[in-house]
Amino acid sequence: MNVDMKRQIAANDDVLQAKASWGNALRFMVVMAVLLGLIYPLVTTTLGGWLFPEQAQGSLVRDVSGRVVGSSLVSQTFVSDEYFIGRPSAAGNDAGDVSGSNLAPSNVSLRERAQADANAIAQRENVSVDQIPVDLITASGSGIDPHISPEAAELQVARVAQARGIDEASVVELIDQALENTGWLGAPVVNVLRLNVSLDDRFPVSSSTVALTPASVTPTVSDTME
Amino acid sequence: MHDMIAIYAIVALLGVPLGIYIARALSTQPSRIDTLFRVIETPIYRLAGVNSQSVMTWQVYALAILKLHVGLILLAWLVFMCQGLLPLNPDGIPGMKWDTALHTAVSFATNTNQQHYSGQAQLSHLSQTFAIVTLQFLTPATGLAVLVAIARTLLVARPVGTLTGVGNYYHDLTRTVVRVMLPLAAVVALLLTSQGVPSSYQAAHQIEMLDSQVEEVQSIPLGPVASMVAIKQLGTNGGGWYGPNSSVPLENPTPLANVIETASLTIIPFALLIAIALISGRRRLMMGIGAVMLTFSLISTSVVVSSERMPNAALAELSQPGANLEGKELRFGTDLSALWGSWTTQTSNGSVNAMHDSFNPMGGMMVLMDMFVNVTFGGVGVGLIGFFLYLMLAAFVGSLMVGRAPELFGKPLETREMRWISLAILAQPLVILGLSALTVAIPGAAGTSNPGFHGLSQVLYEYTSAFANNGSGFEGLGDDTTWWNLACVIALMVGRFLPMLVPLAVAGWLAAKRTAPAGRGTLPMDSPAFMGLTAGVIVIVNLLGFLPALVLGPIAEAVTQGF
Repeated sequence: MNVDMKRQIAANDDVLQAKASWGNALRFMVVMAVLLGLIYPLVTTTLGGWLFPEQAQGSLVRDVSGRVVGSSLVSQTFVSDEYFIGRPSAAGNDAGDVSGSNLAPSNVSLRERAQADANAIAQRENVSVDQIPVDLITASGSGIDPHISPEAAELQVARVAQARGIDEASVVELIDQALENTGWLGAPVVNVLRLNVSLDDRFPVSSSTVALTPASVTPTVSDTME
Repeated sequence: MHDMIAIYAIVALLGVPLGIYIARALSTQPSRIDTLFRVIETPIYRLAGVNSQSVMTWQVYALAILKLHVGLILLAWLVFMCQGLLPLNPDGIPGMKWDTALHTAVSFATNTNQQHYSGQAQLSHLSQTFAIVTLQFLTPATGLAVLVAIARTLLVARPVGTLTGVGNYYHDLTRTVVRVMLPLAAVVALLLTSQGVPSSYQAAHQIEMLDSQVEEVQSIPLGPVASMVAIKQLGTNGGGWYGPNSSVPLENPTPLANVIETASLTIIPFALLIAIALISGRRRLMMGIGAVMLTFSLISTSVVVSSERMPNAALAELSQPGANLEGKELRFGTDLSALWGSWTTQTSNGSVNAMHDSFNPMGGMMVLMDMFVNVTFGGVGVGLIGFFLYLMLAAFVGSLMVGRAPELFGKPLETREMRWISLAILAQPLVILGLSALTVAIPGAAGTSNPGFHGLSQVLYEYTSAFANNGSGFEGLGDDTTWWNLACVIALMVGRFLPMLVPLAVAGWLAAKRTAPAGRGTLPMDSPAFMGLTAGVIVIVNLLGFLPALVLGPIAEAVTQGF
């Protein structure tokens, strides 16, 4: 090892000329595949799972009874008036089928989709379309973006408060608690699932307003993340 | 803004010591760190049966590369097709069909990582690690090894006749992997896990959605994701665990994760400028090259950032005025998506944190142009190799302009060298435009998802990405067809091996020639004037090749939208 190659070359024009044999190439390949493709992932994954057990398993959000209600990194589909609604998803909010819309600005389908979304939001929130923040009518890259802008959350406060029969100030308070990226990096965004879980926790929907909904009738839910 | 500052600061501050370290790690001089790494390296050499001290000619070096890559492609192809029968498959994913598997194997063996499949749904944990992570280490390490071999041969002045070899491929490759890539990747993998990138061998979670009126179950696929994402970013690979890559929160969860992943795009290509300056002793030359690269990089990034800050034309008057958030994640916003898009196409990485298909036309055109140029920092090793290729052309043109016989670092550039250099440069427009034209001409072959001008851009982007060994895409394209898979395999192979091995051959040929002493008429290659000439050659060659195609694609799209 570590012979000075230059000196070796200078000393002798006929230094050992390595051959590139198939045998060496294939044996080298197998050794490297075991080191890089099996040992390295195993070591880093085991170590990561041991150091950061919550994050390594998908950052799950659980309720008090331990039931998993989702992941803080994956958006969910919300249709009930009692819940905040996230960004449009080209993937149906399924992390197994992640995708963006991949529609170009010149594609007429993009305008049609955004028009339909904007009309639906304007009707649901009782606002005009020019009050809608742009994140609510644009599909994310992954299709599982868990966030909306604080403005997009604000837009929905009145409707959610009314549906749950509570005052708007307490909803705004929960939005503040669901803010993420409030530090030095990134811009503040609202985690929709965490916000909705905390709503169910603090202001359970009575069984009369939502029928046949075991999930929202037993909602002593808290967010165990962080 | 803080994120941008952090990203640039990390690359600049950590890139310099990393470059010094890489130069030392690849040196054949004894060093203090040898004892530590020999524990891993010696068994590798012994098990592979190679003598790491022997020296290869450039021909043997190139042959060793090709043989290893043939083996790797066959291995990966086999693993993808048979993954249904193999272990580490908790989600019971079946084998890939033959043409997708072949495309995937070649794509990863050429450091491209173009994906015609969606990883979380179509690859087992074994395929993602044993086949893909292995290639994600070995391919950038190969680029780095060849770069160092070229630098030793071309840039280090030696008396004629004393150099019979360019180095030993297995030695260079092993040291790059063991001393540079593995430690870096392990650290980044753990950092990413701390931010929420999964590290698990378990099957996907199946979760009922919270809103009881939504009777759907969402699956959350897990895996040893962080270990892959780390080397994906560091090795200018780009092939992600999940289909939409680092736009997926599980693959890029937080602003801090995004800072780490974005800085990882460029840190090794940047560090290599310093490493080669140290190995070759040509500091002014490498500073000049760095200045050209930085200029290109800043121009590209400014264009993409300002393009994506503009509203999306399709959404006019449907919301409050805002930047183009279609295909972008809210936790990154448009600036950090644009910075990533710009860097990932400059460095031939190809990972994305936003969908390029939905970029505004000027942003989409700029990332395409980054891939045409492909030497703005460029892929690990191959970026600088590609720059040397342009440098050779510029030396030829420049020598003729000042009335000298063409020469490069005092060695005569003759017909044989120029024939191959021209071929390596001209193969790019030939392959990209030829295959694009063919694909558009054959009815039903293109599979474009967007109508009009953007449809042509999708086809052009796919071949450009394949040839540039980038791997990003205008992903709406229906590209998992036998035609696309096989046509891309051609672009991938030519785009990888020709521009990488021709400079190695030229370096070998030139080393055997007599050096002319530098005189008053010699073209000073480290002068700002020559660097300006090289930058001009790069711009002119690419505009000549691709301007007509750009006019038919993104420029026409932009004009019809009114900006």
